[in-house]
Amino acid sequence: MSASRILIRSRADFKAHRAASCASSEALRALSSYTASTSASQASDSTGLSDANSPDSKPTNFCSAVNDALHIALEQNPRALCFGEDVGFGGVFRCTVGLFDRFGRDRVFNTPLSEQGIVGFGIGAAAMGATPVAEIQFADYIFPAFDQIVNEAAKYRYRSGGDFSCGGLTVRAPYGAVGHGGHYHSQSPEAFFTHVPGIKVVVPSGPKEAKGLLLASIADPDPVVFFEAKMLYRTVVEDVPTGSYTIPLGQARIARSGGDMTLVGWGQQVAVLERAAAMVHEEDGIECEIIDLRTLLPWDRDTVEASVSKTGRLLVSHEAPVTSGFGAEIVAAISRRCFLRLEAPPVRVCGYDTPFPLVFEPLYVPSAQRVADAIRDSCRF
Amino acid sequence: MDFPGGRVPFTDRLSFVGGAMSPSQPTSCYRTLDSTGACIVEAEVPHDIDEELALKMYETMVKLQTMDVIFYEAQRQGRFSFFMTSNGEEATIIGSAAALSLEDHIFSQYREHGALLYRGFSFLDMADQCFGNVRGHGKGRQMPIHYGSKAHNFQTVSAPLATQLPHAVGAAYALKLQGKPVVTAVYFGEGAASEGDFHAALNFAATLSAPVLFICRNNGWAISTPANEQYKGDGIVGRGPSYGIPSVRVDGGDARAVYSATAEARRIALEHNSPVLIEAMSYRSGHHSTSDDSSRYRTAEEMSEWRARDPATRFHNFLVSRGWWDDDRERQLRVATRKEVVDALTEAQKGAKPPLADMFTDVYADMPWHLQEQAAEARAHAERHPGSLHGIPLE
Repeated sequence: MSASRILIRSRADFKAHRAASCASSEALRALSSYTASTSASQASDSTGLSDANSPDSKPTNFCSAVNDALHIALEQNPRALCFGEDVGFGGVFRCTVGLFDRFGRDRVFNTPLSEQGIVGFGIGAAAMGATPVAEIQFADYIFPAFDQIVNEAAKYRYRSGGDFSCGGLTVRAPYGAVGHGGHYHSQSPEAFFTHVPGIKVVVPSGPKEAKGLLLASIADPDPVVFFEAKMLYRTVVEDVPTGSYTIPLGQARIARSGGDMTLVGWGQQVAVLERAAAMVHEEDGIECEIIDLRTLLPWDRDTVEASVSKTGRLLVSHEAPVTSGFGAEIVAAISRRCFLRLEAPPVRVCGYDTPFPLVFEPLYVPSAQRVADAIRDSCRF
Repeated sequence: MDFPGGRVPFTDRLSFVGGAMSPSQPTSCYRTLDSTGACIVEAEVPHDIDEELALKMYETMVKLQTMDVIFYEAQRQGRFSFFMTSNGEEATIIGSAAALSLEDHIFSQYREHGALLYRGFSFLDMADQCFGNVRGHGKGRQMPIHYGSKAHNFQTVSAPLATQLPHAVGAAYALKLQGKPVVTAVYFGEGAASEGDFHAALNFAATLSAPVLFICRNNGWAISTPANEQYKGDGIVGRGPSYGIPSVRVDGGDARAVYSATAEARRIALEHNSPVLIEAMSYRSGHHSTSDDSSRYRTAEEMSEWRARDPATRFHNFLVSRGWWDDDRERQLRVATRKEVVDALTEAQKGAKPPLADMFTDVYADMPWHLQEQAAEARAHAERHPGSLHGIPLE
């Protein structure tokens, strides 16, 4: 009986909603000649960071921001350790430069080439109260450590009833397309890890984000897998606060405000979404709201839900193959939460379900053009 | 010539090392008691055991055997779901555990509950875990025998093989940096030594100078796979030197030899900041687990021959020869221990199940929103369908 009442109420709501939707669609069609004032400069930032142009900030690229965070972590916490393949001399991407000279061989060191060894070693060190920051040289090579992450790190506290923990562990890994990486220097394996209760998964989108999120991950009481967008290491420079700061895990960032469609991404895909949003803004007058998810596990459903409740349209985009990618989780959750407020089916613009293909990379990746087309299709739905 | 990996001499002879190219004798197995338990007079015993220690070791061996017999039977009666025994390996486990400091952290596989008993974990603690009641370690979340204890510096057992080896290395390294004069001891079987984590751990321990004792229980069988199908070469001990790790093979049925070897290994580990590998040769006299019937893959003769070499009896004879033990004490100990074990099982079986809320805690330090939602959903379901709780309390 109560179920049928719910259904009737829903139908009533539905009718009202459809009427509102039609009005909204009319408004949208009128947008074609509309030039909005909304731009990236209006992006809100929930972190309370210092003003990017303050004297305490300086232009910093992604790699240096990571390096800066590691220096701060090792300075602040005498039990923090930094290790991995080639970490001692500064790392193949130079993210650990200067740490060995500053903090010495005991705390900053090379390990043999064994990802399962690196993560397993880190778990044991963390269980004894250390704060290990382990580097996996490429996310493509994290899989030998999958068992250690999934069966050990993730379950360490739970299986002990809270007596033991390896929560001090942070595993850093550069991920993503870079233009010439082929199968094994390009992958985005984040979704595998979002399926693992007990770890957190963080993917920063730029230098300022990287520093604050890495410091938060290192300080976090749970093991964190931290994917760094290696294409951004040297290509993006922004003002980054020079001091120590953290960005809370589990809170998304609205990178651009807009009322017509919600775009969700993370890591280096956020910049692609920004380009796509600029294209459809300029060419079609469509205003997109971009959400930089920052943390995938646990993800900030409230922020996405609030945005989609406003826009009625959702697009999620990631470089990883579309099938079983994290976009599926977001679409499923938001479809349930916003079902009666959706104007169009949520869409995913992602990598195709092939291994990462070297020469086809420009067509494999979810480019700004593909995203822009999907936005237009959605708005015409 | 100095290569980056070290100084290497040249030769004009072409020769291959290893395998069929350079057959060599297997590493000898150190022992101090013969197979009857009589002292080998000329044996080197750098760390001998006195009466007090010997009695504690023997009493723990009897406790372990008694517990194994009665818990095994309790499982067969269906009182809990699973169990594993240590039959045949009592001397390996108790001999090594006795040589450790209580401050040393133990990372075990799943057949070393004797080390926990030695450290004072009670039968009730064991039974609570096996029944998965609210008092048990791990709050009923893992299968029986996955013990752990913070108070006893014994990390929680996890079922995947050899994963604990790299943990012991990282732990030893961290403790060394903290300036603590302790080692970590990690147990594993010869089957687990085939896992990649074994290689990773030994290589990391050697290159990072971590004071870890790698204690291999070579009990001859990995479920149904005999050791001669598990590896070639000189067993597990033969691998140690190639990692640059001091290594020793010991008679795992000789508690005195295992004690002495482990105590010496501990001294070397701390003095040299070095891992040490111990291969204890023994025999899994029982089935792999309560889910296994080993008569399907090994002969009754083999099993009965090894059971006749019971390590506890051997150590018992040593104690008697020293005048530290007699039949009366033996009888009293066995009777008292049996009662303790039976009482513990009875008590544990009465223990309440952990509350439903415990399904969702300890996944993260603080429960994230999605787990809060799921916990509320599970609770609402249970309230709507109380039968679904199967005796699990809500709170």
